[in-house]
Amino acid sequence: MTVMRRIYMDANATTPLLPEVLEAMRPWLLENFGNASSIHQPGQQARAAVERARTSVARLLNCRESEVVFTSGGTESDNLAIFGLIQSGDHVITSSIEHHAVLHAAERLRDRGIEVTFLPVSSDCRVDPDEVRRALRSNTKLISVMMANNETGIIQPIEEIGKIAQEADIWFHTDAVQAVSKIPVDIQAIGCDLLSLSGHKIHAPQGTGVLYVRRGTKLEPLFFGGTHERQRRAGTENVAGIVGLGKAAEIAAQSLAEGKVVQLAALRDRFEAEVLACVEGTGVNGAGQPRVPNTTNLYFNNLEGEALVIALDLKGIAVSGGSACASGAAEPSHVLTAMGLPPERARASLRFSLTKLNTQQDIDDALQIIPQAVSRLRELAPVNAGTLG
Amino acid sequence: MLEPSASLLACHTGNKVNSGFNNTIAVAMSGGVDSSTVAAMLKDEGYNLVGLTLQLWNQRRLAGHHGMPEHVQGRCCSIDDVYDARRVAETLGIPYYVVNEQERFERDVVRPFVSEYLAGRTPIPCSLCNNHLKFDQLLVRARQIGADRIATGHYARNDYDPVRDRWILSRPADTSKDQTYFLFGLTQEQLSRTLFPLGNYCKPEVRDIAAQHGLALAAKPDSQEICFIPGGDYKQFIDAYLEEQGETIPDTAGELVSTSGEIVGHHAGIHNFTIGQRKGLGVSSPNPLYVLQIDHDSHRVTVGSGGEATSKTVRTRDLNWISIPELTGKMRVRVKIRHRHEPAWATLRMSGSDKAEAIFDEPQRAVTPGQAAVFYEGDEVVGGGWIV
Repeated sequence: MTVMRRIYMDANATTPLLPEVLEAMRPWLLENFGNASSIHQPGQQARAAVERARTSVARLLNCRESEVVFTSGGTESDNLAIFGLIQSGDHVITSSIEHHAVLHAAERLRDRGIEVTFLPVSSDCRVDPDEVRRALRSNTKLISVMMANNETGIIQPIEEIGKIAQEADIWFHTDAVQAVSKIPVDIQAIGCDLLSLSGHKIHAPQGTGVLYVRRGTKLEPLFFGGTHERQRRAGTENVAGIVGLGKAAEIAAQSLAEGKVVQLAALRDRFEAEVLACVEGTGVNGAGQPRVPNTTNLYFNNLEGEALVIALDLKGIAVSGGSACASGAAEPSHVLTAMGLPPERARASLRFSLTKLNTQQDIDDALQIIPQAVSRLRELAPVNAGTLG
Repeated sequence: MLEPSASLLACHTGNKVNSGFNNTIAVAMSGGVDSSTVAAMLKDEGYNLVGLTLQLWNQRRLAGHHGMPEHVQGRCCSIDDVYDARRVAETLGIPYYVVNEQERFERDVVRPFVSEYLAGRTPIPCSLCNNHLKFDQLLVRARQIGADRIATGHYARNDYDPVRDRWILSRPADTSKDQTYFLFGLTQEQLSRTLFPLGNYCKPEVRDIAAQHGLALAAKPDSQEICFIPGGDYKQFIDAYLEEQGETIPDTAGELVSTSGEIVGHHAGIHNFTIGQRKGLGVSSPNPLYVLQIDHDSHRVTVGSGGEATSKTVRTRDLNWISIPELTGKMRVRVKIRHRHEPAWATLRMSGSDKAEAIFDEPQRAVTPGQAAVFYEGDEVVGGGWIV
């Protein structure tokens, strides 16, 4: 087989580790292997490294170091926020476009008898703050609404929702996994009590994450054991991973300050405009709404998105369809479905999400391949024949 | 000791039919030893392979519904099987994808399966799946990814005969594994694009080949049951499925009658019966009783002793011809009326538009509407149809 040039356009699934991040981690995997809880010097060094990383994260998010809890990733952070706060008799408000880490956790609560409101969205993929206000009840304990949607990239009005939560004196959690490093995330401006962040979406290693927990928030841990992370997350710290996350947070803060995301948005916009121009019967899902700079969710009429994902992969382009089920098969996206897209359009949709490492050359090469792949599939697609209702 | 190449190249090179096809083959991988070995064999042949698994059904879907256990251990599309298939693909170094065909499977296989039972017939979901999913849709999927042909782990032979200018489906070397009964619906176009590399091998040889390729699943047990009904309790499945769909089973309770019309008992619904069934009739008799007839209008189920449960004739509809372009006049064939049935001699002729009837030399037990009748001439599949 000839060596294929690979173009990675699936940043919202994961991002590559940056070389600087790997370099920062390396000593903590090899010579500096101490347990951050140990009394001795190797342990103290590890502790210091963890705390430096905590400072970097706190600077990125504009919060106190003591409010940063390191976790194993976005899913754990979301679960810790939700299961850590909610008790029987409580009411929870969340949205129908959340990541499964929030959605399925909330469904689990509902199965246990907790009242949960799943707010709908309109075709613009935005949660309406007025809907949040209307959903409030006397026993509402928590609002959890994501900052940016993973599939469409659309940014949610979380500052308004934060105000509603503050006025009603209830907790507000936001899953900011797809927002951090792409747009400024200022916890003081958002006014949230809890915020989830995932390491591997910002060029840190997989298996690392953060839950920001506002000082004074009473949170029951998920795990029991040692007194790590101020008794919020038992388990020996993943020192190297945390160091990597700290380094990635520094780089993200710097990139934001230097306006690199503006270049990323320009690249995405060029890509999107070219696809729309070159391929007939396409459009943007959630067009016209504020989006994170790296994401575009496009529909291609008269084809199955899953087939296009595979066809593009075999040509070296990595993109994503809906969400994957346990076997790895694509399922119709719950986000696009919640936006009211007809099933055939939801199935015909693909997410392209760029990393800041993507180049103009990547975009040009992808644009050579995509129109051809689409027209080939449309020729073969049974969708036209009406076999897929 | 084994020469995988001989069989494959013999039937797929050197004739006009092959000339237009590219070198890329999509292998339908179930995670079982047969399809995994097919992938290994074709990889050795130098084909450009892509592994595909069709995700057909979610085993957890009916968990907890009407008598189904909370945790269903099933074979079909189970996560374990997908893991196995993925590992084989990774071992062989071929790209591999799971494609979601759940909606189509439910529409084309599960729904008709349930409807047929409720109508008092006994469907074969495997044939429906082969006609609608395994070949039809798999070929579409294959061509979408740039493969002109597919390969599966079915035990059957498929060779081009230049004299007749037809693709001929015939029984495999391992007759105990013969799956041609389920494949009678394949069109010439589908056969021309399909490889059955296991047709010349016996199962133990297949396990050997798998072991030689270091495939960890060489000793994995064979699956036997209807894939989406773990444990094989189809009545429980139908109840659970209808409950999930918010539908109720139509009331088809009625009388059990003897061949002379005498009422010998009552039953709770015709979907509980299949022609030839002996157990669970709820009637005691000195001789074993069999279900002879199910009338879906009167809901009457006729029972009688084994000798009465035979038919001289089998009538079929929705025909597909394989070794012949069409049937003219009479033809001597052997007819297989269910998977484990020993084909019986009969004379076959057309009996209407897209209908044929076969008159057996010796009456056959349990001719069951909803099953397939497949016609053989020697080892070749002449064609087949659905029993009415």
